[in-house]
Amino acid sequence: MHLSEGVLSGPVLVAGAALAAAGTAVGLKRLDPDRIARTAMLAGAFFVASLVHVPLGPASVHLVLNGLVGLLLGWPAFPAIVVGLVLQAVFFQFGGLTTLGVNTLIMALPAVIGYGLFSRFLQAGRAAALAAAFACGFLAVLLGGVLVGLALTFTEEHFFNVAVAVILAHLPVAVVEGVVTALCVGFLRRVQPGLLPGRPPAEVP
Amino acid sequence: MIPAPPVEGGDAPGGIDPRVRLAAAIGFSAATAAWQRPAGILAALGFALGLAAFFRLSPRPLLRRLLAANGFVLLLWAIVPFSLPGEALVRLGPLAASREGLALALAITLKSNALVLALLALVAPLPFPAAGHALHRLGVPGKLVQLLLLTWRYLALLEQEFHRLRRAAALRGFRPRTDLHTYRTFAWLLGMLLVRSVDRAERVRRAMLCRGFRGVFLSLHEFRLTRRSLAFAAAAAAAVVASAWLELAG
Repeated sequence: MHLSEGVLSGPVLVAGAALAAAGTAVGLKRLDPDRIARTAMLAGAFFVASLVHVPLGPASVHLVLNGLVGLLLGWPAFPAIVVGLVLQAVFFQFGGLTTLGVNTLIMALPAVIGYGLFSRFLQAGRAAALAAAFACGFLAVLLGGVLVGLALTFTEEHFFNVAVAVILAHLPVAVVEGVVTALCVGFLRRVQPGLLPGRPPAEVP
Repeated sequence: MIPAPPVEGGDAPGGIDPRVRLAAAIGFSAATAAWQRPAGILAALGFALGLAAFFRLSPRPLLRRLLAANGFVLLLWAIVPFSLPGEALVRLGPLAASREGLALALAITLKSNALVLALLALVAPLPFPAAGHALHRLGVPGKLVQLLLLTWRYLALLEQEFHRLRRAAALRGFRPRTDLHTYRTFAWLLGMLLVRSVDRAERVRRAMLCRGFRGVFLSLHEFRLTRRSLAFAAAAAAAVVASAWLELAG
């Protein structure tokens, strides 16, 4: 779900960085200082969970979880994802400094779009909430794949085949992602509904 | 396994001010990402190798980490040479790898490794707190630095928590397969991790309030721009200018 260093052209990198910076600025502006600890902790939790390999047929995929990040955080998903990507670059060399902007956009823009489209349904009836959560998880990964494809195609039109391969590879992941997002939202609705948008947070003793 | 945060590690490994390291990494990366010609890319790779030698990175872990970063590049090698039109160099059945495609794949590989190498030499060895404060001095918003430092602080702990949940599931006989039961188990483990994270975050928030947190990132960190740091900054700037000259002239 992220592009490596050295692949994309200068203009694509600059455009990605500018859009990601704008999104991060909005996200930081909307981030209440009272929620910094919560956002940081959730960013860490998602980072840890995305390292897990989930079996899928003979292979395994690792979860991206950007749809769920969007649902729980809204616009602050941008800074949370920047932080996750910085940690990933430093610890595992997935992505790096030049691709930080593009990779942030690839994950965070679908997250925020998913939040805008689907967060209002999470407190509705169970079926509607789970369907919305599935759609959000599914679309967030698929949109991310499309953005990867666009970044590749804008770099070099002959990367089109690579772009198609990348988007196709995202399809099964998107289905798994939708299922896990829906099941996780179902869990949170029962265990801690205050975590989901549209409800006052639960009191911690 | 995510390394737990070290309690101490010095503020300036290699005797170079963290601000200089970060600025050099950003400047080098921004320039190198734009290079397209062999001369510019090779100069950048040479400089990155020089950095690795200067900071005495041990070769074996370095090689392992470089390999990990080359997965996507491998995918490009499988596709790009065969999809770029041009003079056919190698034929594999109906497929022909063009000279242009192979050259592009090679250029991307070298550039990618130069960038990752510079990141490993300049940024990865920095103690996180020092790096956070240095980023703040370089103009990164305080809220973002705070998020970065808090996430880093709790990352190893959250990972342990998640492993504990997974171990408990394994002891109850959970074996991951491709079925709904597996996905439900993972989703619930994740949900439980999120619930615990938010509870912990609330305790952390209260502890921060007790220590006088007012929503602003205050940095008491003192950086000293030593002569060694200045010399390093000058050398890095000269190397970037030299690679720019090679790129434009070559």
